Amino acid sequence: MNGPNGNILEVNKLITSFETDRGLLRAVDQVSFSVPEGKTVGIVGESGCGKSVTAMSIVRLLPQPAGKILGGHVWFKGRDLVQASDDEIRRVRGGEIGVIFQEPMSALNPVHRIGRQVVEVFRLHQKISKRDAWDAAVEMLNLVRIPAPEKRMMDYPHQLSGGMRQRIVIALALACRPSLVIADEPTTALDVTVQAQILDLMARLQDEMKMSIILITHDLGVIAETCDEVVVMYAGRVVEKASATELFANPLHAYTKGLLHSIPTLETPSKSVLNTIPGMVASLAEHTHGCRFCQRMGRSLPGTRERPAFIEVSPGHWVENCAVCTANIEHPTSNIEH
Amino acid sequence: MFNFIMNPPLLTTSNLRVHFPVRGGVMLRQTGAVRAVDGVSLDIAPGETLGLVGESGCGKSTLGKAVVRLLKPTSGSIRFAETDISRLSQRALRPLRRDFQMIFQDPAESLDPRMSVRSIIEEPFVIHGIGSRAERHQRVNELLDRVGLPTSAAERYSFEFSGGQRQRIGIARALALKPKLIVCDEPVSALDVSIQSQILNLLVELQQDFGLSYLFIAHDLSVVKHISDRVAVMYLGKIVELAPAETIYRDPRHAYTKALLSAIPTPDPRVRREKILLEGDVPSPIDPPAGSAFGHRINHPRYDESIGLDLALTEIAPGHMVAADPCCLSEEDWRKLRLSPAPQSPEFE
Repeated sequence: MNGPNGNILEVNKLITSFETDRGLLRAVDQVSFSVPEGKTVGIVGESGCGKSVTAMSIVRLLPQPAGKILGGHVWFKGRDLVQASDDEIRRVRGGEIGVIFQEPMSALNPVHRIGRQVVEVFRLHQKISKRDAWDAAVEMLNLVRIPAPEKRMMDYPHQLSGGMRQRIVIALALACRPSLVIADEPTTALDVTVQAQILDLMARLQDEMKMSIILITHDLGVIAETCDEVVVMYAGRVVEKASATELFANPLHAYTKGLLHSIPTLETPSKSVLNTIPGMVASLAEHTHGCRFCQRMGRSLPGTRERPAFIEVSPGHWVENCAVCTANIEHPTSNIEH
Repeated sequence: MFNFIMNPPLLTTSNLRVHFPVRGGVMLRQTGAVRAVDGVSLDIAPGETLGLVGESGCGKSTLGKAVVRLLKPTSGSIRFAETDISRLSQRALRPLRRDFQMIFQDPAESLDPRMSVRSIIEEPFVIHGIGSRAERHQRVNELLDRVGLPTSAAERYSFEFSGGQRQRIGIARALALKPKLIVCDEPVSALDVSIQSQILNLLVELQQDFGLSYLFIAHDLSVVKHISDRVAVMYLGKIVELAPAETIYRDPRHAYTKALLSAIPTPDPRVRREKILLEGDVPSPIDPPAGSAFGHRINHPRYDESIGLDLALTEIAPGHMVAADPCCLSEEDWRKLRLSPAPQSPEFE
């Protein structure tokens, strides 16, 4: 019942655009990746790289009417979510696919009690009496380790701390025992100690409930600690993907290397000069056809007008093969996409 | 390293407290106080970076603002280069303000969108009546160049720039009057990693060129370690540990510092470190526990013992200060501190 290649989710050449005053801007440009069952896939990149738009395209939560999926497929359990009807996608969202947003305060309704909001999820997706839904909600809060869940059901979101609120959002996302959870920067707004609690909780729940996770983050530390596979995005495209161990040990694309080397770690000598990536992510309107990282680096080379091919360098390790950005590596090319 | 005997500190705070009144009831009488900063004593040497870390709500930003007198301290003293600035009036402070500046987390909110970049950077000169129009023009161009922005940026507005560039504008404004101390409040936390490293490099460079001191406030411990000479760890309004950066990361003594350090995600999937998971959140600074605040959070069996004790910072090794708190130290460290005859606390009264 899974996608063509047996994964729970397969995103294939997804294109998402936004209609703006300056014309149609392509935020996601033929992105492909897949999520194996029970695994965590991280999508990493700087702001504006299209990582959140990619994730939100999967559940079709795009800003309306500007956002549109213009091409590609999202195979989830044998169905193409791109083609699914609005009713169908509404049942999937919050049901088989749970979503955890970055800012828990804006994901929760400030004027309703916690209990009502958790109960609502059960009532929407399951034929269940109010009382049973209430019991299920308490059990859910218990599962995300909220102390005194019966009492918290009567609280309003503002009465809880940031970490507790994020636990509620996780409870909402997991209420219907989804097989896939999309977590968009779930710990970015939290302190490190609370981040550690939440990541630990997600890992334990993943084990218990056997779900797959797409984790969107800009934090390479979080990626390294939680993900099995990593997708690196730059300017709307996937520039590299590999297993986490392979990517951190053997990054091939200049952008991935740049990202990995620009973060100070506890081992970096104090006040030493950090590696930087000059410039910034180009705005959508400035995207070129050729290698976009070359564009940022101010390189315009003859023959780079075409989009670089996406090749498999070693089993499972894919990279956008730009003559400059992936120079000095040998390409025992076996597979080519695009 | 810094020689504190040769170099008198540039900034010394002594038992600094900043409390915010909490009012309630019909008459809006004061019913309590948020003890945001509750007895902080620390010092910063010329040319030194003191990192200040802690979770949200621990009072680190309040401390930063109080140090540059954007807030009025409730009690305690702030000595800046021989002058006690803690109780000076705004008028008396003004000529001194050129020596201490601040950089904020969100440059989008700290830069006036209706002013051109030139007027933003020029404003400090105008306020302090420095230079002719032509000289100011020249200085702004030099400052832009120094922070890595083109001169053409001067005639544009701050919202036309990206986050990293806006932070450069904020830095240029802070540098304008050649300050001795800059309080950096989470200057890179809103930026992408590749931009973050550009700004960190710039701050280090400027420090070396101008001999600046920084009070560097951040919640990202790897960033703090990178830029700081010494690091102070703050918990619920108090400093619980203070040591040279290398030492505090290699050999943390306070249980809270240990937990905080263990929570940092390591960007290497092959490394799996044991995490100390803390339950709950930072307790409210309105009604702090009577004894050890951290001992209370972790439900330490010796919490009762800590009530009524003076949990002041005490030197446990040369240059390494830690709160004398039975709940947060190893048995060995606690015995060592208790047996030491005269605890040396950093009071510069």
